[in-house]
Amino acid sequence: MPGFDLLVAVALGYVAFLFAIAFLAERRAGRGRDAWLRGPVVYTLSLSIYCTAWTFYGAVGNAARSGLEYLTIYLGPSLVMLGWWWMLRKLVRVGRAQRITSIADLVSSRFGKSAGLGGIVTVMCVVGVAPYIALQLQSITLSFAVFAEGAGRVWGPGDIRTVALASAAGLASFAILFGTRNLDADERHHGVVLAIAVEAVVKLAALLAVGGFVVWGIGGGVGETLERIDASAIARWDQGAGRWIGLTMLSAAAFVCLPRMFQVLVVENADEGHLRTASWAFPLYLMAMSLFVVPIAVTGLALLPEGNPDLFVLTVPLSQGEGGLATLAFLGGFSSATSMVIVATIALATMVSNHVVLPIWLRARGGGATMSGDVRAVTLRARRASIAGVLGLGYLYFRVTGGGAALTAIGLISFVGVAQILPAMLGGLFWRGATRAGAASALVTGFAVWMWTMFLPGVGGVMPASVVAEGPFGIAALRPGALFGIAGVDPVLHAFAWSMALNAGVFVAVSLLTFPAPLERLQGAQFVDVFAHSLGPGRVVTSTAQAEDLLIMAQRIVGAGRAQAVFRDAARDQGHARALPDVTPGFVQSLERELAGSVGAATAHAMVGQLTEGAAVSVEDLIAVADEAAQIVEYSNRLEAKSAEQERTARALRDANAKLTALSLQKDAFLGQVSHELRTPMTSIRAFSELLREGGLTPEDGRRYAGIVEDEARRMTRLLDDLLDLSVLEHGQVALRPAEIRIGDLIGRAVAAATGERALDVTVSGALDAVVVTDPDRLAQVVINVVSNAAKYCARPDARLWIEVEAGADDVAITLRDDGPGIAEDARDLIFEKFARAGDPARAGGAGLGLAIAREVMHRLGGRIDCLPQKGGAAFRVTLPRQTDDVSGLVTVAV
Amino acid sequence: MSPRPVFLARGRYRQRRLRDGLRMLPVLGAVLWMVPLMWPRGQAAGQGNAGALVYVFGVWALLVILGAVMAGRLRPDGDGVDGDG
Repeated sequence: MPGFDLLVAVALGYVAFLFAIAFLAERRAGRGRDAWLRGPVVYTLSLSIYCTAWTFYGAVGNAARSGLEYLTIYLGPSLVMLGWWWMLRKLVRVGRAQRITSIADLVSSRFGKSAGLGGIVTVMCVVGVAPYIALQLQSITLSFAVFAEGAGRVWGPGDIRTVALASAAGLASFAILFGTRNLDADERHHGVVLAIAVEAVVKLAALLAVGGFVVWGIGGGVGETLERIDASAIARWDQGAGRWIGLTMLSAAAFVCLPRMFQVLVVENADEGHLRTASWAFPLYLMAMSLFVVPIAVTGLALLPEGNPDLFVLTVPLSQGEGGLATLAFLGGFSSATSMVIVATIALATMVSNHVVLPIWLRARGGGATMSGDVRAVTLRARRASIAGVLGLGYLYFRVTGGGAALTAIGLISFVGVAQILPAMLGGLFWRGATRAGAASALVTGFAVWMWTMFLPGVGGVMPASVVAEGPFGIAALRPGALFGIAGVDPVLHAFAWSMALNAGVFVAVSLLTFPAPLERLQGAQFVDVFAHSLGPGRVVTSTAQAEDLLIMAQRIVGAGRAQAVFRDAARDQGHARALPDVTPGFVQSLERELAGSVGAATAHAMVGQLTEGAAVSVEDLIAVADEAAQIVEYSNRLEAKSAEQERTARALRDANAKLTALSLQKDAFLGQVSHELRTPMTSIRAFSELLREGGLTPEDGRRYAGIVEDEARRMTRLLDDLLDLSVLEHGQVALRPAEIRIGDLIGRAVAAATGERALDVTVSGALDAVVVTDPDRLAQVVINVVSNAAKYCARPDARLWIEVEAGADDVAITLRDDGPGIAEDARDLIFEKFARAGDPARAGGAGLGLAIAREVMHRLGGRIDCLPQKGGAAFRVTLPRQTDDVSGLVTVAV
Repeated sequence: MSPRPVFLARGRYRQRRLRDGLRMLPVLGAVLWMVPLMWPRGQAAGQGNAGALVYVFGVWALLVILGAVMAGRLRPDGDGVDGDG
């Protein structure tokens, strides 16, 4: 049995050793040589702060009382770590992308950087973790008491209080010294992390040493130990499904929600890759920690049936006279307690300063807060005071509860308390529709139910016995142990199930019914889709907030050196040689994130907002602007559509105008042509008739001259006939004489009439047997017109013409193609107009009325004639109905 | 969202299935650790805690080994960020 004073000396020496390690680590990190400090091994070991004195002492006590139930506390976190791909990966990515400083910051940042939400979570965590800290103080005190008792001094309550107070004070100074030395830009604490990694090794080694001693030293090997378990009081498997599953879920939830776990898992994470190693290495650590718990418990029960099972880890070696081993076990328990308290208080202090003190202070100082006073000093002071306050609260809880309750029970109260954050956290990470109102109401609901069903009944004497037994004001439905009259449930499960069910229910219901603010929606997208885009939400700076002002503010928060480095880097990235960057939206955003790494998202947002106020447009403004812009865009779209329509109309008008102009020109040209056509024969007639009148001609000459006169007169007549014909057709004053005719016959007749002596190779094909009822003479006129046009324009001796007939059900189409010069594209519109002629008028030889007449005829016949676009040669299609009687009915007047 | 490719190179395909396996690991663990709940309970006829202890720790070791092997084979770069196809 080591002397008590020696033990105190060992404990103090151990603390000094931890101080030295933390100090060296800080110094190495300060020189930038921290690569090995931030490796996956240290990361995994730092997670071991999950295993507190509750594990070290309490697990054995739990096993001695409830068999294997203690395992659930480690199975849950093992599953969470092994399932890192589901959640932790995302959590760590979000934490790094958003520079999250604590779990309160996570919830606050996710739901629109809400200061209120951060405050709620902070209060919940402080209240929830206080029992846990009390538990650590209790275990330190109890372990000291064991040695004091061994030295022959039985402690009274006063001694216990003194030791607890001294422990709290010592832990507070360690946490203050290494947790608030500086305001790291990323809120990482190299010294603390390395110290807790060392403590992780010490507590594992201690527990394994005690376990090894129990199994091989006392038990005589693995086989014998298993036999002893089967022979012990906890030999039989009797775990109820409710507690086994419920506590596993509870420990899994608490694992990610405990502020200290969030601190080491997310905030202190230096590299996402470390999670990959920790995902299996940490379950391995937990397995090793729980491996010898049952053997120790069984041995303790056998050797010390009257002893406190929570202290078997110490008392079993002591009872065997193994003073050295007991001292190692004491150090292990001491490590478990101190590392938990240090990290928990640092995490809570960060939350309290960032989410309670700073917002209040900023509000109290009004708008000028960022310009005057040292935010940095205020933050550090707030943190130091918070650490002391949190430890004080833990001590107070320890005093109030009397330190009597079993360790397991106290730990579970804490677990259920912090698990209330889980719905808001999971919803925030995976559900875009989660809103701030939903999260706030859920947190408050869960917290209230936990308070009522677990915390208040657990703190001895706070809740009157009558309320516990009969409910408040005799309302049985509100009895803390049997909400809504459902009694007989295990108290922990009762509190856990009701608080989580109401919490999650309220969260979903309120989220569905409320509408998130723009910043919430932006942050929601950032969190939920963190793997898709890790860009920040926008704050648009419309004019320049002075870079100097921002620099002064940043210096007050993160320190002069760091702030200047940030500004210099930003300026360099923008391509400036000078020290100050332009105040671009991107810069303001990255600066805000940088500051958020020290004071939390909500505070950083508020502080940067104060400086850029007026200069910066809030997201709400932006949305309003966007709405307006959308209206303008829509209006301009409509204008554009309208103007496009007008454009189309104008183009049609232009086309019509061009056509009219062309026609008018054609008309003028035609009048000239008609005059010319009429004058030429007239001149000939006059000249030859004068010669005939003067006489003295040979009879042969006389006959020849008379023939010329006759020919010319006939030409004039034909011209006049055409003009008349067209005029009649155009005015509908034409009588049709419908008759049944075979298309083949009609085409044969027309071709013969049109070509005459002209050698044109005509190929006729298709449905020549089709029979139509139409005016054969008029139709023939059209075909003749087209064929003679072809004959006229195709000057080559081997010119060809193809005529093809297609017979449909209701109409017949005759297509006429030649291989002549064809019709220019721009002329196609005009050739059917009166007086129009394509190409050289001299060659046409006619007055240009042929196609105009053809069109009018086809129109009268109920059909149409089209000029088909074709390369090489002209092509016309004549389409006519099988029956034209309805048209003929209209015709009333004959010429 | 750009359409995700239907066919992947063998290496990337393996990586995707590896992630599926990682996702399933906690499910496997939860199921295996709930198996003892189906054992007979009570002091008289119940299964021995020694056997239960061996079973629970055996599952634990299996999960740690599976987790270590899969995490070790996972390429850290991570194609297509959250692609799970």
